[in-house]
Amino acid sequence: MEFFRIKRDIPFMKHALILNAVSFLTFIAAVFFLVTKGLHFSIEFTGGTVVEVQYAQAADINRTRHIVEQMGFGEIQVTNFGTARDVMIRLPIKPGVKQDQVAGQVFSALCKADQGQVVAHKEVTPQGESVERQACAVGAAEPLKMTRSELVGPSVGAELAHDAAMALGFTVIGIMLYLAFRFEWKFAVAGIIANLHDVVIILGFFAYFQWEFSLAVLAAILAVLGYSVNESVVIFDRIREAFRKYRKLNTHEIIDHAITSTISRTIITHGSTQMMVLSMLLFGGPTLHYFAVALTIGILFGIYSSVFVAAAIAMWLGVKREDLVKAGPAKQGDPDDPNAGAVV
Amino acid sequence: MNRYPLWKYALLLVALLVGLIYTLPNLFGEAPAVQVSSAKVTVRVDDTVRQRVEQAITQAGVTPDFVHLEAGSIRARFHDTDAQIKAKDAIAKALNGDETSDPTYIVALNLVSRSPEWLTALHAFPMYLGLDLRGGVHFLMQVDMKAALTKKAESMAADVRTMLRDKNIRHAGISREGNDVAINFRDEATRTQAQNLLRDQVPDFAWVPSGAGTELRLTGSLTPKAVVAVQDAAIKQNITTLHNRVNELGVAEPVILQQGRDRVVVQLPGVQDTAKAKDIIGRTATLELRMVDDSAEATAALSGTGPVPFGTERFTEKGGAPIIVKRQVVLTGDNLNDAQPGFDQDHNPSVNLKVDAKGARIMKDVSRESIGKRMAIILFEKGKGQVVTAPVIRGELGNSFSITGGSMSAQEASDTALLLRAGSLAAPMEIIEERTIGPSLGKENIDKGIASVTWGFVAVAIFMCLYYMMFGVFSAVALGFNLLLLLAVLSMLQATLSLPGIAAIALVLGMAIDANVLINERVREELRAGLAPQQAIHAGYERAWATILDSNVTTLIAGLALLAFGSGPIKGFAVVHCLGIVTSMISSVMFSRGLVNLWYGRRKRLKAVSIGTVWKPGPAAAADDTAAEAQ
Repeated sequence: MEFFRIKRDIPFMKHALILNAVSFLTFIAAVFFLVTKGLHFSIEFTGGTVVEVQYAQAADINRTRHIVEQMGFGEIQVTNFGTARDVMIRLPIKPGVKQDQVAGQVFSALCKADQGQVVAHKEVTPQGESVERQACAVGAAEPLKMTRSELVGPSVGAELAHDAAMALGFTVIGIMLYLAFRFEWKFAVAGIIANLHDVVIILGFFAYFQWEFSLAVLAAILAVLGYSVNESVVIFDRIREAFRKYRKLNTHEIIDHAITSTISRTIITHGSTQMMVLSMLLFGGPTLHYFAVALTIGILFGIYSSVFVAAAIAMWLGVKREDLVKAGPAKQGDPDDPNAGAVV
Repeated sequence: MNRYPLWKYALLLVALLVGLIYTLPNLFGEAPAVQVSSAKVTVRVDDTVRQRVEQAITQAGVTPDFVHLEAGSIRARFHDTDAQIKAKDAIAKALNGDETSDPTYIVALNLVSRSPEWLTALHAFPMYLGLDLRGGVHFLMQVDMKAALTKKAESMAADVRTMLRDKNIRHAGISREGNDVAINFRDEATRTQAQNLLRDQVPDFAWVPSGAGTELRLTGSLTPKAVVAVQDAAIKQNITTLHNRVNELGVAEPVILQQGRDRVVVQLPGVQDTAKAKDIIGRTATLELRMVDDSAEATAALSGTGPVPFGTERFTEKGGAPIIVKRQVVLTGDNLNDAQPGFDQDHNPSVNLKVDAKGARIMKDVSRESIGKRMAIILFEKGKGQVVTAPVIRGELGNSFSITGGSMSAQEASDTALLLRAGSLAAPMEIIEERTIGPSLGKENIDKGIASVTWGFVAVAIFMCLYYMMFGVFSAVALGFNLLLLLAVLSMLQATLSLPGIAAIALVLGMAIDANVLINERVREELRAGLAPQQAIHAGYERAWATILDSNVTTLIAGLALLAFGSGPIKGFAVVHCLGIVTSMISSVMFSRGLVNLWYGRRKRLKAVSIGTVWKPGPAAAADDTAAEAQ
């Protein structure tokens, strides 16, 4: 099987201007949504409380919202989570409210609304682990269960945001240094711009759809940043090789050749990674949902940006044969260089 | 050229074997078990306890898989939950008798790996499951370090006062200002005298003179080294106290760890009742020293012939006997600096107490007037007081004194010391993060995580086999080897697997196939360029290597950033991610090359390799399929 039967180099760079314009517009749109709508941060960043309850029957979201609203915690969010029976309730930090009791209060209010009573319940799971929890009991039945609760204090949130920024900065600088060392500063700049533009676009999606931006999404973004930079690396590698091999071609044609000869590999590797991510999206359940969504957008735009954007930016920056071919360390020990010894 | 020396094959084989052995324990699942551990720091779980446990189980008519003693706890594994619960009751009865409120041993239901003993003997253990996969509660607690420092300064101010008085150095007032101790003096000579004394006696504080004329001052602030020491001591004592309190919950494997300089993580698997957990963790036990009332009315009240006299309270002593104690508090636990078991001059066991300067002064005054009387030490927990001990005062007491009692054993002495110490936290703590995950949600998370990895893996493997034929098979096998290696390394490190960790495994597999695609495409390309198959394989691997290294370095940079700055779930993701990158380099380059070498390497006159269609542009295209699969 062979998907890519490309006879001639595809003139990608001829359309570089249009492609870059498309990128630029998407980028601007993403920034626009980020500024106007903002990210919907998870409580890990903002601080607050999340309670997930599972009803025995399909949950009536509006009723649940009404009950919790009456408790006066300020701006709350009640949504379905995964199935129709699972409800997620988000509560903000409110000064004067003892935060570590919020989850319990919400649960008991919901329980009371179903004519239940909160009791301490002790059971042994089928595996044989003893479990102690608060259960809502109506006789022997249990109309709702608390499946998860999470509480984050305000100081933790600020710290996490700081750490996230540090991690992003460290990744960007580390990758740029590596690319500059391995190739040339123009490639470093081109590579990082191309991939940061991916990051902004992912964030734009999260802002536009108001998807929850959690720590897992952040991890996905950083992982995809490192991953799609390597796509640019592969193309840059080819550009350097082509500069050495084909002395007659101009920069334009060299880049076209490099992209054409790697396009098959680019699409297949991204396709395989995407298969994994798709599997997470399908089978991973709600907890992994946005993680997989961020990866999917990142991978798709990663192909686009490393193929069309990175090389084009390098071209605008004026990459020349001399920049790469004279280059020191990679050159000296390279036994495969067809021009070895032929350079003055 | 495509042959590995024997040692390389051997190395790969060993890696495969080790990978298999260490991954294996994860596949057996878990079996019900009963875990016995000590509820008191002074009680040790040893082999005699193990024998008692074994005996109790046999008497209950249950046969365990094994009864093991390891790392201070006993684990007995059973076949099913019925046996487990029956055994638990029998063990609890045998070890703790009818005592339920203050048991000596914690007998808890638990899960242990079902993996056979020969694996355990090889130190092959399954990975720990994180709370999000197992269910339980997680607390992150912030220790109020400012309070710890203030407390230290407070007690120092009092100590300095005593010190100066003992040396007859006249000062014009001592006070605590923030975390500093400030002393006023009226003349220079006294100040110098004081400064010399304090410099020698109190090395933890740096003493700086200031002011002029008759308004002279000496300000002592904690040295940076002492600040760290105070904070370390505070967090250590808090962790010890937390351990004691958590033990009461009867959790099989609680995790209590320091995180950073001033935080403590508490994880309690299997506990969902946060209210109760918080109640116990956040409990403040207080200690009070009060005089015992020995008057006639009190004696009458004890024998039940009269009412409890005015201004007194009735408590029970440790043995269960009632005792009448005055309401007036002599000292509280705040004044108690330390309590240690020891021996007196007659080599009888004793509890040695140290109180701060304020406490010492009060003790001195009170004890002078009450020689021959009894003083009760009462521990209040959950609003209920219990008399720990009520010794008779034998003489005038200072800042350190001992309790010795005719019949006190060494064991009792250390128990009492622990009780006196364990009561309080060195600094207040606040819960800043709390997570509860229900057990069913944990189970669901595991299933979903495994399903995503499995289906993703299958899809990628099928695609690789279809697209690259034999080389695809090698790639898929190498990917499987990667998974095996990654799981083995994680198990060896005894890493805690969480849902983000499983996601990282899936992602790593998706990214690892990248290296094989690179290699296979490169080999195809070399074939297309007209190289002989053997040379094409060789050149393909050689040339792809540099690119693979490059791409992994950039991914690793992102992974390390996450590892360095991430916390909690992100750290779990980052660990797996970084390890996965390393194992994927080994498996997709070395291992797949090994497979290729084994398959094709020995054939001298290899005409073609099975790597799918090698398509050649131009008129030669018709001949492309001959290159593939035409041996």
